[in-house]
Amino acid sequence: MKRPTGLRVVVLAYLGVIVALPVGYLIYRAFSKGFSSFMSQVTQPGAVHALVLSLEVAAIAVPLNTIVGVGAALLFARHRFWGHRVLDLCFDIPVAVSPVIIGVALVLAYSKIGWWGSWLATQGISVLFSVTGIVLATTAVSLPYVLRSTLPVLLESGTDQEEAARTLGSGPLRTFWYITLPVIRWGVLYGVVLTLARTLGEFGAVVVVSGNISGLTQTLPIYIYDSWDQNYNAQASFDNALILAAIAVVALVVLGILRSKERNHRGDLA
Amino acid sequence: MALALSDHSSIVTITPPPSRRRRFVVSKIGRIGGISLIATYLSIIVVIPVTALVLHGIGFGISTNGAGPALWRWSWHLSPMVFIHALQLPGAVHAIGLSLWLSLLVAFINCVMGLAIAWVLVRDEFPGKRILDGFIDLPFALPTIVAGVVFVFLYGPASPLHVDLFETWIGLMVALLFVTIPFSVRAVQPVLEHLDRADEEAALTLGAGPVRRYLTVVLPSLAPAALAGFGLAFARAIGEFGSIALISGGVARTTPGSAYVFMLTGSFQWAQAAAVSTALLLLSLVVLITSSVASRRISKRLGS
Repeated sequence: MKRPTGLRVVVLAYLGVIVALPVGYLIYRAFSKGFSSFMSQVTQPGAVHALVLSLEVAAIAVPLNTIVGVGAALLFARHRFWGHRVLDLCFDIPVAVSPVIIGVALVLAYSKIGWWGSWLATQGISVLFSVTGIVLATTAVSLPYVLRSTLPVLLESGTDQEEAARTLGSGPLRTFWYITLPVIRWGVLYGVVLTLARTLGEFGAVVVVSGNISGLTQTLPIYIYDSWDQNYNAQASFDNALILAAIAVVALVVLGILRSKERNHRGDLA
Repeated sequence: MALALSDHSSIVTITPPPSRRRRFVVSKIGRIGGISLIATYLSIIVVIPVTALVLHGIGFGISTNGAGPALWRWSWHLSPMVFIHALQLPGAVHAIGLSLWLSLLVAFINCVMGLAIAWVLVRDEFPGKRILDGFIDLPFALPTIVAGVVFVFLYGPASPLHVDLFETWIGLMVALLFVTIPFSVRAVQPVLEHLDRADEEAALTLGAGPVRRYLTVVLPSLAPAALAGFGLAFARAIGEFGSIALISGGVARTTPGSAYVFMLTGSFQWAQAAAVSTALLLLSLVVLITSSVASRRISKRLGS
């Protein structure tokens, strides 16, 4: 068939303007200003604190969502129960609506502005302007990724091997560890990388609940925003954005590797 | 454990599997426990907050007398005027309208371009195609605020290209086109990959040109996927905040819905923020349902 070269030119031009130009500019700026200026911006106390807080939040949100995601995938794949469609839908809500709206929703549900907020506050739980709120918001917006990457693998692999293990006397935990987990591990890891990327980069939901208190409730994305918006420190904003961009690129490369591993794995099974 | 099948006594020593009945009870308890745990987790993280948001948005109020969440102390009232008053705030209707038409425009452009990009990625061959394919996911992986910073540098007042899109709707559109492109491409691409070429070849032998083949044979099969991609891109665009937070400049003219909600929270107008959020949720719900119904109708008509 004749190759539509005209279309190729149009597509490359569009992607060039919309995607390659901003990304290329990011890389160009990254290297044009020199390494020492970059280092001085990213080692500012505020920036370091923000990065540490981002990592701490991810250290809570990622394991939590991984356990819930794998658990839900096992339940959805192996059992049909009343209401499983509703639960399945609920997983997608946080990524289908605006992160800003998720932030407002969490504030209205759990802070003093909401109905039970003052009671929760007496129990020592406060969501607005606190690290608790940041963790909650980040966990919410990174909810579905592990489930969505694990469920298709589980559905495809079937239950033959698990049943064989059960008839040989293996308990549920042992079956999971030796039979199910090796099958789904690349899928789970794929979801974990997506969750990690989302938790480190989340801005909209966190900025609403955090109150943007410098040195206290600033994650790295909020520090980047604040440097530009409040302190007119464009260089600080740009250099710290580079850290997040580098994390995103590493995540993309890892995801690419995981996709090919997964493909090979399926090839082995077939 | 070595199994000597000739020696029957060794088979007896294998631990027998738990009885059917015990296993059934154990798995049932485990299943109910698992479902309750996940339902609780989802309630805390998603269901309670979103319900609280919508109830606040439509002016549903609960007063608790005294401390504690005890049910018998609640009294409730409904004042829908909260919703109407919030929409009468200066800029509210403009922000929601801007979000709506901009998101529709962006979803439409990327729907068309997504079809073209998917075609080139699947059917065309040229050096560097694999890299281009990986490139498509970059806007999805890049944190939105990073995109926001890059756009304000590249198209802001100090633009190295001398195109100042700061505080213009074109600036917003460029940012939204960037963040929604993966959704439009990835919705269509797998369908095109698995498309049976026999129909196209039949059309070719009947003398149909490339454009006609595409419009009459390929496009109808891709339409459901393209519509689904349209819905995803729209939902992403109407909710997008990070990438447009800086280039919008915070002026009313270029403040779309999500940025407007953020401005309201900055001045602690939570009830109004809830009302505008509810309106935005309703809009995206309507568009998502419409596109999924349309997509299902087309695939049903093709199937029959």
